[in-house]
Amino acid sequence: MKEMANANAELIQPEDYSKSPSGWRVLWRELVRDKVALVSLLFLGLIIVVVYGVSLFLDQKEVVKVDLFALYQPPSADFWLGTDYGGRDVFGQLIIGARNSITIGVVVTLLAGLIGLVVGLVAGYFGGHVDNGIMRVVDFFIILPFTMIVIIFVTIVPKYNIIQFCLIMTSFLWMSKARLIRSKTLQERELEYVQASRTLGSSNLRIMVMEVLPNLTSIIIVSMTLSLAGNIGLESGLSFLGFGFPESTPSLGTLVGYARNPQTLESRWWIWLPASLLILAMMLSINNVGQALKRATDARQRKG
Amino acid sequence: MIPQIFILSIVLFLMAKAMPGDALTGLIDPSLDPDALAAMREKLGLNNPWYVQYWDWISNAAQGDLGNSFKYKMPVTELISQRVSNTLWLALATLILTYLIAIPLGIISGRYNDTFFDRIISGYTYIGFAMPLFIFGLLMLWFFGFYLGWFPTGGSVNPRATEGVGYVLSKIYHLLLPALSMALIGVVSTVQYLRNEIIDTKQKDFIITARAKGASESRVYNRHIFRNSLLPIAAFLGFEITGLIGGTVFIESIFAYPGMGQLFIQSIVGRDFSVVIAVALLFGIASIVGALISDIILNIVDPRIRIK
Repeated sequence: MKEMANANAELIQPEDYSKSPSGWRVLWRELVRDKVALVSLLFLGLIIVVVYGVSLFLDQKEVVKVDLFALYQPPSADFWLGTDYGGRDVFGQLIIGARNSITIGVVVTLLAGLIGLVVGLVAGYFGGHVDNGIMRVVDFFIILPFTMIVIIFVTIVPKYNIIQFCLIMTSFLWMSKARLIRSKTLQERELEYVQASRTLGSSNLRIMVMEVLPNLTSIIIVSMTLSLAGNIGLESGLSFLGFGFPESTPSLGTLVGYARNPQTLESRWWIWLPASLLILAMMLSINNVGQALKRATDARQRKG
Repeated sequence: MIPQIFILSIVLFLMAKAMPGDALTGLIDPSLDPDALAAMREKLGLNNPWYVQYWDWISNAAQGDLGNSFKYKMPVTELISQRVSNTLWLALATLILTYLIAIPLGIISGRYNDTFFDRIISGYTYIGFAMPLFIFGLLMLWFFGFYLGWFPTGGSVNPRATEGVGYVLSKIYHLLLPALSMALIGVVSTVQYLRNEIIDTKQKDFIITARAKGASESRVYNRHIFRNSLLPIAAFLGFEITGLIGGTVFIESIFAYPGMGQLFIQSIVGRDFSVVIAVALLFGIASIVGALISDIILNIVDPRIRIK
């Protein structure tokens, strides 16, 4: 049997193509073929290096210290992007804000992905009552207006740090992931390899983790990449409205939020415009990468 | 649907109860006797167990009494009724603009795919997909409101316009920019969906049949393709409502538009919990009803998923 397969492979391709490329390789190949996505990825890498690198040399306490002698300075050699209403350096806040926003976005995406994965796998694999029960709850929460519920939640919790804030956001964001994973698992579990494995006596846990999960990786990666952009946007949105962190922990949304003061919006562009453009550029790049990865999961649409 | 609203009301009530401080915290001034304050708490029922308080609240709410706002010193229903029409008009204008923009763009993009116009439209949907609503709203306000000065930068009506045509025109004038900001971001998913639908349908067998029978190009598109591709769009209506609710919170606070979203933010900052819970409940009910509407429309337009 094996010899025949090898012989066939040799007939078609002289090289060793007997194994189809792994999921990761397909994703990577598509990313490299798509020039826009590749540039976006490099750009993102650059932003991350600059933001995390420069923030090592900045002291958050120093940056957010009020300086009454330097209110609303336009950009100059001292303050590259001017100062805000507390005389605080906008450039420093931009870097630290970007660091905080990216960190929160990544942590929330990973946590929500993990919880959604576990819940979705369990619901989809076992089906029946387990599935019904879990999905009832998910369906209920998924139609609620996310922004309002999180705003109420953030007001209830008196004091929170970055980790707790991430947990609050995650607790309302894992549902859509769970729904996606569940529907894919439902399809997978009907396939013959799962039946075969069950006949061989594999435990449920083993089938779920070792056999179904690897077939879901590419979908998970794509959906998490796309929601990373969304989560950074959500966090900045909440900070923009004033329900993120206090001003002593700037985020990109905090800087944009200063534009809620009409005078700042009208005549002090240096405070809010750079942060807005940075958010937009990051979200565009992440989406570009995500779209390329999405094409890679659908063989008909691949470029490479 | 009813059980969903019931659970939502319990969740919201508990959340509002858990908020720091109660309705009397804001009133405390040094001259007030602590005993009098405690007596007032007792009188208002703030010391009862939560389920008693919940029952009081929900049975009153069912009769249209949502309690009093402690900040504005007026019934919550009255406060909301002042704002709700503004938000309804904003939502309606956004929906109309969304469909007015999305359907032509989607049709052009799908019918003439891979042409110059399709590229432009696809590029727009790409950027629109990545653009957070609050940043787009700010840019619109900055450019059209302040820089060009074409539109008002706040409010829902000119205070001098009191009645008649002038009042209506002033309302529309104030509505236009916020509604357009929401619509231009909101159209993206509809345009993408419509484009993919049309391109998909174009290659189906029944279209080839129609062409083979000699149907003119316009007949093929108007009678065969659009009919199949446009109907599912109708089902998006319900989901649009959920999106609009999230959007109004941002847009109304950017454009200083006195609607429900702004009321929500103001009352949460002012710890006016009877207003917060009422607004959140209304928005929650609207979302649930929106999802229901989508299901119903989908049932009507697509016989395949009708429950047997």
